[in-house]
Amino acid sequence: MDPDTELEMEPLIRVDNLVKRYAARGFGRRAPEFTAVDSISFSILPGSTLALVGESGSGKSNVALCLACLQRATAGQIWFEGRDLAALPEKELRAVRPKLQLVFQDPANSLNPRWTVGEIVAEPLLVQGRISRREQKLRAAQVLEQVGMGAEYLERRPQELSGGQRQRVAIARALILEPKLLILDEVLSALDCSIQAQIANLLVELQRARGLAYLFITHDLRMAAHLADEIAVMSGGKIVERGAAETILRESHRPETQNLPGASRVSQDSVAAAERPR
Amino acid sequence: MPVKERVRSMNKRRFEGEGIEPAHPLCWRQRVLTVRVLSGHDWLVASGLVAQHDTVTCKSELEVDLRPILEVRELCVAYGARGGGVWRALSGVSFGLAAGEILAVLGESGSGKSTLAGSLLRLLPRNARITGGEILLDGADVVRMSGVDLRRVRGSGISIVFQEPSLALHPTIRVGEQIGEVLRAHGTRSRRERAEGTRKMLSKVFSGDVERIYSSYPHELSGGQQQRVLIAQAIACEPALVVADEPTASLDTTTQREILTLFKRLRDELGIAFIFITHNPGLLAGFADRVLVLYAGKVAEVGPTHEVLRSPQHPYTQALLKCVPQVDSDEASGRKSMLPVIGGVPPSLAAVSQGCVFEPRCQDRMETCQVCEPAAAVLGGGHEVTCLKFPA
Amino acid sequence: MMRFLLQRAGHAAFLLFGVSILAFLFSTLAPGNYFDEMRLNPQISAERLSALRAEYEVDRPTALRYARWAGALAHGDLGFSFAYNMPVAPLLWTRARNTLLLTGTATVLVWMLALPLGVWSAERLGRPADVALSWATAVLLIIPDLALALGLLILAVRSGWLPMGGMVSVGFGEFSVALKIRDLAWHMILPLLVLLLSALPVLLRHVRAAVAEALEAPFLRAAEGHGISRKRLLYRYALPAAAHPLIALFGLSLGTLLSGSLVVEAVMGWPGLGPFLRDAILARDLYVVIGGVLLSTLFLVAGNFAADLLLYWVDPRIRAGTGR
Repeated sequence: MDPDTELEMEPLIRVDNLVKRYAARGFGRRAPEFTAVDSISFSILPGSTLALVGESGSGKSNVALCLACLQRATAGQIWFEGRDLAALPEKELRAVRPKLQLVFQDPANSLNPRWTVGEIVAEPLLVQGRISRREQKLRAAQVLEQVGMGAEYLERRPQELSGGQRQRVAIARALILEPKLLILDEVLSALDCSIQAQIANLLVELQRARGLAYLFITHDLRMAAHLADEIAVMSGGKIVERGAAETILRESHRPETQNLPGASRVSQDSVAAAERPR
Repeated sequence: MPVKERVRSMNKRRFEGEGIEPAHPLCWRQRVLTVRVLSGHDWLVASGLVAQHDTVTCKSELEVDLRPILEVRELCVAYGARGGGVWRALSGVSFGLAAGEILAVLGESGSGKSTLAGSLLRLLPRNARITGGEILLDGADVVRMSGVDLRRVRGSGISIVFQEPSLALHPTIRVGEQIGEVLRAHGTRSRRERAEGTRKMLSKVFSGDVERIYSSYPHELSGGQQQRVLIAQAIACEPALVVADEPTASLDTTTQREILTLFKRLRDELGIAFIFITHNPGLLAGFADRVLVLYAGKVAEVGPTHEVLRSPQHPYTQALLKCVPQVDSDEASGRKSMLPVIGGVPPSLAAVSQGCVFEPRCQDRMETCQVCEPAAAVLGGGHEVTCLKFPA
Repeated sequence: MMRFLLQRAGHAAFLLFGVSILAFLFSTLAPGNYFDEMRLNPQISAERLSALRAEYEVDRPTALRYARWAGALAHGDLGFSFAYNMPVAPLLWTRARNTLLLTGTATVLVWMLALPLGVWSAERLGRPADVALSWATAVLLIIPDLALALGLLILAVRSGWLPMGGMVSVGFGEFSVALKIRDLAWHMILPLLVLLLSALPVLLRHVRAAVAEALEAPFLRAAEGHGISRKRLLYRYALPAAAHPLIALFGLSLGTLLSGSLVVEAVMGWPGLGPFLRDAILARDLYVVIGGVLLSTLFLVAGNFAADLLLYWVDPRIRAGTGR
């Protein structure tokens, strides 16, 4: 994207000082008050990808849930299409949700094993209003084709699919309402290497074809650098570093980024270097 | 050269004095990773690097143990599928493992890597059977062992660390006791001795407060801590070999690195060999000594890590390594480019394929690949590949 | 821990209170009372009847009667039986003791049999021995305990080996202690057998299912990989892991100690609480009925409470409260 036009474009979504705090639970001692997300701010331009990178427990998943409006933030604003989602009442949120869709990490758990693929993919349509069976099937087949699966998969069940295929179904389900932003929460982590590459390619293609924006949440810095325009590193609920992908990878000296995979190269010949006769 | 022959040519080498040169070139291994130094009655362990015709500097008499502690020969494992079909999970897998070596088994889902882990201890599901081959642990064949001998070997000769640490520990027994159970199963009767042994093992894997861990329940520990407890269980009886089946898959990345460092330290301190099973090539550099690439139940390639990673010879290995996005700063920015993928799907293990099993997805396939099944070809320096491009 | 106990105790007290009100209400609201039967008896004059009625305060408002009864309960006085003309408490206690003797022994035996058999069966899941046992339990499940009781009784009559009912032989009072025990045991055999045969299949199936599930767990496979012996795997690993459903069942066993043997007692003539209460209900002996109901409820509540406590003690994850 041309840097000049970038400056002029309105961000698709802008998060200001988002806070998510959990109240104390249990018999006092057990679960004290816990701040999962501690006042973070970022924005995503339409058609671009922001990667949110961090260890487990850094608060990334909470950000995903707040953005997808599945969970109310404790404080802060989420500006989307001129409205603050954090303050919107439930009724109006329902109208906005189709535009922000979430895809989860584990396809085994996010797909209902009793339903067929066609039913799973068409489910969001049912929630959004009345639609005929035939129309459902048609749109399901369309969106499956976009993720590279033929119409023969409509009648299959999730158990019969491989990990990569299930993840495609999850993405298809997220696409059927034609969102503007896809929140991808560790969607590649559970997959084999070569399948990760396939799904990554699919995501890039979809972004190009439909102008989707992505919030790509991961702990894999290498994949983040490959897919994202901008990377924000989270640690302990805060964003500790932010910048263009190459910059972060090359110049970061923070211990968090050093620890992440991809900070060293696959082909590095460190064996010889590490082991010298004493 | 088939594995059998190679083994016969191995035996103990003696090195004497200072500035020694090995008398004979080391055959399929270029590195001696754990050298047991005989000094009086004590065995000291030092690790060093010996390449062909290299010199080893040491202060006392060295006895280098090059015998493989594990030899797998033509291992075949099949599953009985519902409806009568047979799935060949492993077909003719052969490899060897030397004392103190870290061998990484790289494979994706369906490659048979978890089956391999299970068969080394004969811990397979009910519908799986070892249909052929041998697993020689210090000479004794695990496949044909009696139940009594098998139970003795498990835990004390060879141990296993599973993938999901939270599931591999009993939820209502304290962690210290669970480690003690392993000691008890292998002869430590008195409670005091077990407690001592447990604490010793825990202090090897944990750096901080061992007491708290000792009396904790599994759900009170983090994922990384649970995994360390599993490792403590595995090394409790100081086995010669530990099989780790994707031990870091469910952990976050800092913990992953910590566990890998722990494995290396245990290898250096206790001389334990590791078979590290994974699907992530990014973990191998700087950690594993050798890599074995598994595809559809067959060995595609095996060799020293740095060589396999730097110049993979098998088309599958090449394609697999290319799938990982390269973000070297000196390369042109390939951001958001299409990653090379391996076309097609993994083969069905139910059908007996004629010819090379990777052929349908191979970039370099030739006409003969559909007909002839490749045999292992030795490329030298311990690097072997099973591909028709390299005649056996 | 304390909070947990207090909470549970609070629940129990509330339940007992509610049950006592309901029992009282239903009993008094039901048409007729004890003295209505007497009206049919020509030997009792009308004055005598009204005097009795006044004495037992049958015509006072229900709420008042309840209040007086509750007040008396606080002193341990369960009221007065119309039919037996004596306080309710000792009556109930004698009968309850007899029932507990029978059901207590039965419960202990059934658990002692079900646990090892269930474990044994779970280990051989799907194999001929297990399948045979499953069929046997299925057959036993289908047979109602009434039929079982009658059938065994017929056997006793035909063979003459076992007594045909009752708890003690004639002249029990003069027996020596050893003889008393022998006599009691001899009379207990049949009803015990019926209780065992009707309770064992259910329990056995549950133990088998719970242990079979535990045997499939990853931690068991991991322990097997460490070379731990089969026996230890079954009893130290699998059985404790199967604790949850089994402890719940145990609580139920305890809870139904008083109430589970009505049919058997009635058929076999065992002088327990069941038949006694049945007669009292038919005779509208108000305080006996309420006392009995309350006692049964107490056991039920105590059984559940015991199960909760046991689970709390056994499973550290429950102790941790909300957990991770």
